[in-house]
Order: sequence, then structure tokens, then C-alpha cells
Amino acid sequence: MADFQVPEYREYPGAPIPLQEGATAHLKPFLAKPNHQEQLGFPGELVENWEEKAIAKMGDLLNRYRSLRVYMDACVKCGSCTDKCHYFQGTADPKNMPVARQDLMRSVYRRYFTLAGKYFPKLVGARDMTREVLDEWYSYFHQCSQCRRCSVFCPYGIDTAEISMAAREIMDSIGYGQKYCNEILGKLQTIGNNLGLPGKALESTLGEFEEEIEEDTGLPVKIPIDKVGADILLITPSADFFAEPHIDGLMGYAKVFHEAGVNWTLSSYASEAANFSMFIGSYDNLKVVAERIRKAALDLGVKRIIVGECGHAWRVAYSFWNTTAGIGSGGDEPYAQALQKQLDHNYPIPQHICEFIWDLIQKGKLRFDKSQTDWRTVTFHDSCNVARGSRMGNYPGGQFDIPRNVIKAVCNNYYDMDPDTIKEKTYCCGGGGGLLTDDLMEIRVKGALPRMEALNEVVKDHGVTHLAAICAICKAQFAKILPYYKFPMDMIVSTHQLVSEALVMTGSTQEEELDEE
Amino acid sequence: MSVLYALLFYVATVIFVVGMVMKIRQYWNTPAPLKIPTTPAPTTATGVVFRMAREVLVFESLFKSNRWIWIFGYLFHVGLALVTIRHLRYFIEDVPTIIMVMQPLGVAGGFMMIIGLIGLWTRRIVVERIRYITNPSDHLILLLLVMIGFSGMMMKFISHTDIVMLKTFILGLFGFSIHDLPLDFPLLVHLLLVATLMIIFPFSKLLHAPGIFFSPTRNQIDNPREQRHTAPWTRNLDKL
Repeated sequence: MADFQVPEYREYPGAPIPLQEGATAHLKPFLAKPNHQEQLGFPGELVENWEEKAIAKMGDLLNRYRSLRVYMDACVKCGSCTDKCHYFQGTADPKNMPVARQDLMRSVYRRYFTLAGKYFPKLVGARDMTREVLDEWYSYFHQCSQCRRCSVFCPYGIDTAEISMAAREIMDSIGYGQKYCNEILGKLQTIGNNLGLPGKALESTLGEFEEEIEEDTGLPVKIPIDKVGADILLITPSADFFAEPHIDGLMGYAKVFHEAGVNWTLSSYASEAANFSMFIGSYDNLKVVAERIRKAALDLGVKRIIVGECGHAWRVAYSFWNTTAGIGSGGDEPYAQALQKQLDHNYPIPQHICEFIWDLIQKGKLRFDKSQTDWRTVTFHDSCNVARGSRMGNYPGGQFDIPRNVIKAVCNNYYDMDPDTIKEKTYCCGGGGGLLTDDLMEIRVKGALPRMEALNEVVKDHGVTHLAAICAICKAQFAKILPYYKFPMDMIVSTHQLVSEALVMTGSTQEEELDEE
Repeated sequence: MSVLYALLFYVATVIFVVGMVMKIRQYWNTPAPLKIPTTPAPTTATGVVFRMAREVLVFESLFKSNRWIWIFGYLFHVGLALVTIRHLRYFIEDVPTIIMVMQPLGVAGGFMMIIGLIGLWTRRIVVERIRYITNPSDHLILLLLVMIGFSGMMMKFISHTDIVMLKTFILGLFGFSIHDLPLDFPLLVHLLLVATLMIIFPFSKLLHAPGIFFSPTRNQIDNPREQRHTAPWTRNLDKL
């Protein structure tokens, strides 16, 4: 099945891991082609005097990001983070320890930006920017899924994600970008979504989903697109339009919207919640992509914006949309006001689909037949970007409770995984941060080890049959790697797929059957 | 010798103060353009103050992470704080009662500090993962701190120095007048190392002390939907 060894479950997952230096030094993603680079405003290929350019870019970022500036200085090498990364646990490569990954950049920072590194490089582990260093950066900064688990455990909150984002931005700026992220960002900026699905194709796909829902429920549920004057704009990852189990989630949203009786729409211009610009640390691209949603919201005249199941997209939406595109509340500047005066601030902007449905459930507006999901025993995988980079609801930690509340409202059989592997301590699926590409399959499989161990435990102890997620990347990653760990690929489900299964819509065939009984 | 040490302390103080002011100013002036608190994070400013207080006073994140590093690290830092408070009596003309009363605690602090440091150093050598990330400077800083602790403890338990004379020397420095320093070997070593620590502080990982207060993952309020967070350079990119 693979030209590498799938890691075995450890007897004691907490036990020290003997280091295997260079274990994944050979792993690196395909390099971006010149056209992938140029459409994002980066040089096509490695520029001349790239060493100087890289250092200059690092200096620029140090002046623009306090996080990078402080994190380069503050680490005391205490070792707290060393065993926290799923990629380290799965590979034993010491350069996958968060601090060692940071040190790939910190060593260069010290050489060029600190007194100690200028005069005593050996003493403080400072290095020149060389080809060898660049190769190491390219390899190991693409073995970080920017999941922020290490930052939870750092006494100074040093976030390796910030450093790997900066490293990728530096590499892009000298013409040494990653194909997967940059090619996809290009499609998003020219066509409107990561898949490159044009509006017409999208419409016909949505038509098929409408038929499927009607067959199932007997109701003419619509999935509107580009509907001017709708109240709600739904921004969802484009994987929801074509991938399994994502599409079942999308049909779930549509049914919930229909049942709630709201006037909603998708947008073909902004048919993508994902924003891989975060993965490559590019503020410029982050803004360009977020502004597509701003434009769609303005053009369609919507009052609310709801975001579908996607982890990093929710982080971008929740944490960055207001800054980058004025999508939110409380903006005084004319730029922000231009959109915000149109929005209905009685609702959170943006709102997560789980927040939306949990609100309806609490108000008793939805009817469920939980026996429909009794054949499943479910556990929930907290997506890293939702867990540690965003929030749901109006109190800290709502992002953990709300999706669980929703699942428990539609499923009788629910069990959590080991507390050290969920909520703020959740493990990445192994495919986040721009790693969800076949050229990185080895690191994806190995990085999934801690999650698979925790899953295996609840499968054995509680007979868990399904793993629910609220992230397009998690779903795609699990669908691919579950078989490596001898689990069926359809074990991964969308959270709104469960909702859809149990939902009893007014006037539906399900309602008739239920009321006859 | 007294003149030499007086000069050393003037230079060390200037480097420490100027270096720290410059570093803090640099952290202060560098914008944090995006909201990146590690969530769950407080949703109010008061909440952030409490989060930061827990981080600084009880090392909350470290406690969650690794109990051994926490125990040794905490022993060291609390010990150092107690020792520092104890030392205030050498710098204040009329010593307040509270500082007099806690003198024995300061001695205990000395032991805590040394035990903590030796624990951390042992882990640095014995634990393979930590050994891997260690640079020579990490050992040297530990050596420096341990030596400061030992030389200080020597004066308490083995060979006393003339404290009254030392205090006259120190208080004299504040008025730019140089009095004689007791020429005891442990004292001279102790003072030399402390001056060294002050000099390297703004250029080393000791910057974690001011750094934590500027760490966006810990000091930001979780309210990006309610309030638009911007930096000057991000606002400049906003085009209507």
C-alpha cells in the first residue's frame, strides 16, 4: 500500500521517543511552477542573490509581526514543547520537535539580527543562510500543519505556526514556494474556489443535490446561488460541493436552512471558505481572498454571513475577516463601515453553521428522530484551527461544547476520546496547514498516529463506529488515511450529515412515517 | 579593585537598562496585525490580566505540559525572587521590617534556586530531546546562575564578608562616590558574575522575561468579531 512503514500503535503513548535524526529529511512537497508563483505576486523561480533577499524579507517580517519578533527571542529551550507535535510523535525526527523546527529559523535570525549570533555564532547556534538551510526549511516547514498544539504548552505562548508561516512567506518571496498551496490559491483567485469549479458547473451540481434531497424527503429544498437580496450568505469550503463525506454535510445545511425558513444563498464568485493564504503566511493574499467574500456580500446585499464546516477557514473567518476585509462588527473606518452598515449585528458576524443550528435547537425549532442515528456510535474530532484559533458562542471554549451539543442532540451514542487528545489539546488530523497533498502522504500518515491511537481506544472501549468532524481538510485527510490504520474510510462523517440523518422536516415523508407510528 | 568594580557596575547597569529599554521599545513598536490568541482565550481585558498573571506567577502553560520542568523551573524562579528580595537590604538605607522578617526565606530561596537549576541542568543533559536542542550558551547561562548561587551561599555559610562595608560601597555608588569594597574572593566572584548576567540579559534568551508580556498568543483579547483589530500597515492596505 505504501513505500513507507505505517507507524504502530505505541503501548505507552506518553513514553519518551528515541530520536531518529533525519528520519523525514527526505520528505518535501513539489515545488511551485513559475505560473503558480507569479499569479500570487511571487517570483517564478529561485531569484539570484536569494540569500540576501531572504534575510531582507525576514527583517521586513520582524518589523511587521510582533509574534515573530518576540518568539525569535523568547525561547529558553526548556523542552516543554518537544514531545507535543504529532509529526514528531509519528516520525521521531528531532527536527519535528516544535522548538527544533523554530530553531531552523531562529539560528538564521541569530546570525543576522542579534549581537551574540554575529560575533559568537557557534556559542548560540547561529547559522548562515545557505542552500543547506533553505533545503531544510523547505522540508521541515512543510512538515508543520500549523495546528498550534505546541503553543498551548509553551510557557511564553510561542506559536510555531507563526514561524512556519513566516518561513513559507520568505520562501515564496524568493521564488521557492510550494505547488499545492500556491496552485490552489491561483484557482481560487481566478475562478472563485480551490477546485476551479466554474459557476455553471456549480449550479448543475447543486441541482443534483436538490433532487437527491427531494427524493429523500419529498420536499423541494432549494440550494440557491447568487440570489440577490437573500438575508444569509453561506460561505463553505468547495469540498462540500464534490467530496465525500463533505457533500452530505452541505445537504444537511440546506435542510436546516429550509426548515428554519430563512432566505439564504451561496455565491459563485465567493464559492470558497478556504483561504490557504494563511498557510503560506501571506497577508496580501489573505486579504485578496477575504475581499472576494466582502464583494459577494456587498453585491448580494446580504445581512448575515454563515460559514460551513471548515477548520482553518473558520479561523480565518472568525479571527481575520474583520481585520482583512471588514467582515464583522465594531469597525469605525469607512472601509469597514461600507459593509458593516448593511449587516445585521444582532447576529454574530461571521456565524458558524454550528452556532446557527445550536441556536435553533435551543429554541426548539428543529425536530429530530434520534433512532435514525442509533446504528452509529460517534466520537468528535476537534479541528485544530477551530479549537485553538477561534471560538463559537459567547464564552471561551464554546467551540468545544457547541459541536458536541449538536451531535448529542441528534445521536444517542456519543463518547469522547482521551481528554489529552481533544479540545485545546486536540491532535491535528495530520493533513492541515497545506499538507493535504499526495506528495506528502508519508508525513500525513505518520502524523495521524496520535489521533488514530485515541480513536482506536474508543473503538475498543466503547464500540465507536464513526468519527465526526467540522473541517473539510480533516474529512479529506481521514477518508484517505483511515485505511492505513485498518479503519474503513467511511468512518469519517460530517457533523451536519448526522444532523441531516436525524432531522425530521415539516411535511417530509419522515414526518409522516414518524407520526403514523 | 574597588574602582574597577564600581566602573563594572556602572557599565553593567547602563548596558542592562539601555538594552532592556531598547528591546522593550522594539517589542512595543512592532505591531501585532492579526488576532492570534491561543484559544480558549479570555474575552475581556480583565480576563487577559488574569491569564497573564497565571502565566507569570504560576507558569500555567508549563504546568499543563511537563511536571518536571515545571517543578525545577518554578523552584528556581521563586528562589531567585526570594533571594532578590532578601538582597534589597543591601540597597536600602533604612531596611523596612518586612524585608528584615523575610531574610530566612531568602536563604531558603538560595537553596531552591540551586536545586532548581541543577534539576534543569540535569534534564538538559540526560533527556535526549532537550540535549538535542541545547546550544553551548544554554549551558553557560546555567553555569553562570549556579555559580552566582554558590558564591552567594558561600558568603552565608562558609566565609562571611563585611556586609557593612559592602553596603557602604553599594550605597556610595548611587551617589557616584566610590568606597572600599571588601576584598573577599567569594564576593568578588559573586559580583563579577552578577554584572555579567546584567550585561548579557538584553542579548540573550533571558529576554523571555519581558517577552512573555508581549506574546500575542497570551496577551490578546478574544473579540475579533466584536471589534475590528488593525495595525497601521494593514489599514493602509484597505481600499474602498
